[in-house]
Amino acid sequence: MEAKIVTEDLNAHFGDVHAVRGVNLSIPKNRITAIIGPSGCGKSTLIRCMNRMHEVVRGARVTGKVLLDGKNIYGPDIDPVMIRTKVGMVFQKPNPFPTMSIYDNAVAGLRLNGEKDWKILDETAERSLKLAALWDEVKGNLDASGVSISGGQQQRLCIARALAVQPEVLLLDEPCSALDPIATAKIEDLLFDLKSQFTIVIVTHNMQQAARVADFTAFMYLGELIEFGDTKVIFENPVKELTEKYITGRFG
Amino acid sequence: MSPRKAYETELVELDNLVAAMAKKTREAIELAVTSFEKLDVGMVKRVEELDEELYMLNNDIEKRCLEVIALQSPVAKDLRTIGTYLKVITDFDRIGRYARDIAEVTAHTYTMAHIKPLVSIPHMAEMAEHMVDLSVKAFLERDTGPTKEVFELEDKVDSLYDEIFREVITYMMEDSKKIGIGINYMLVARYLERIADHACNIGERVIYMVTGERVIKE
Repeated sequence: MEAKIVTEDLNAHFGDVHAVRGVNLSIPKNRITAIIGPSGCGKSTLIRCMNRMHEVVRGARVTGKVLLDGKNIYGPDIDPVMIRTKVGMVFQKPNPFPTMSIYDNAVAGLRLNGEKDWKILDETAERSLKLAALWDEVKGNLDASGVSISGGQQQRLCIARALAVQPEVLLLDEPCSALDPIATAKIEDLLFDLKSQFTIVIVTHNMQQAARVADFTAFMYLGELIEFGDTKVIFENPVKELTEKYITGRFG
Repeated sequence: MSPRKAYETELVELDNLVAAMAKKTREAIELAVTSFEKLDVGMVKRVEELDEELYMLNNDIEKRCLEVIALQSPVAKDLRTIGTYLKVITDFDRIGRYARDIAEVTAHTYTMAHIKPLVSIPHMAEMAEHMVDLSVKAFLERDTGPTKEVFELEDKVDSLYDEIFREVITYMMEDSKKIGIGINYMLVARYLERIADHACNIGERVIYMVTGERVIKE
């Protein structure tokens, strides 16, 4: 299976803290990969390395390689902003820009890139809101504030905002942890629809969610990648005892 | 203390119920075969009761397993274990049903006389009972070791079934008056052969539960 992102001996530090330790991982193209593991195991740091978000934190540094379509995103001639356009990110807490309307939130990335053509902006707003399965719910109310809608809708607006700049990869860091089960189900359905067009990496604490949505699952512990494989195998018959203990709740 | 105390406690209770099912299954086979061997209809009723008790236990264990799936969301070995409970209880239930079928054959046969003292059928029954014992031991101890003997015994049971079949056909060809009892021998041998198959299924499922590997006995 073709890999979209490959990490090679990836290490991430926050000052003296060695958060990600020598991770070698291939993220398959147009598939959903879940990263699971206990709190503090380095899973969020790992995905933040995949679009160079890690380095924006003071004292943070990365060694090793992250290859996007075979090209190292930490290479000397690479613009991190361009990488973040190709590799979008959605965070745990829905964070639409509070002073912007739904429409403005959806096209915020495009405007930041200098797009002023209303036709293109209108088309992009509609396309990205449709991709995020939000269009039908907000199409008559696009001027409303981005924070006036429900939490689940706000999170889908954030996904629409990330999709508007036409990324190739979508990173989601616990995207449903602040949502109720109905909003969670909508996001999960959305991810299933999106994977034919995008490569998706989702960090989740919810193992049932990983089992439901992911084609592949990676288990991390203390900064190391312990096991990576087909989600069915990980949840039916994992190879490593540590993985078995974690997913069956027999840790510690 | 285990972090999954509720789950572990439920597993112990399920194991006790499966052990009870195994005991009743064993008793049903023994009584059914003895009733046929001695042509004693007095035991038939008890076999029928045991079959009904097995059916009730089957339903109870199934209900509890579904509750565990709904409430505890088992994965990996835990999930394989619950899946195995759900499968083996069907095997026990079917074994109980075959024991009842044997007892019902007795009810149709007791006015007849055996052609000769039975040797092969009680021997076949002993092997089938031993297979059930071994597969239950493997299941309750989560140990694949006893399954090897279960698979070996199944080959012997199959061979014995073929032998009985040929022998009975010969008797029936020699004397048409023996067709009635002969058919009953064939039925009982067939039911015992099926009981052995179900014991074998349990063995296969224990291997899957313990190792995650699917083994199908040829």
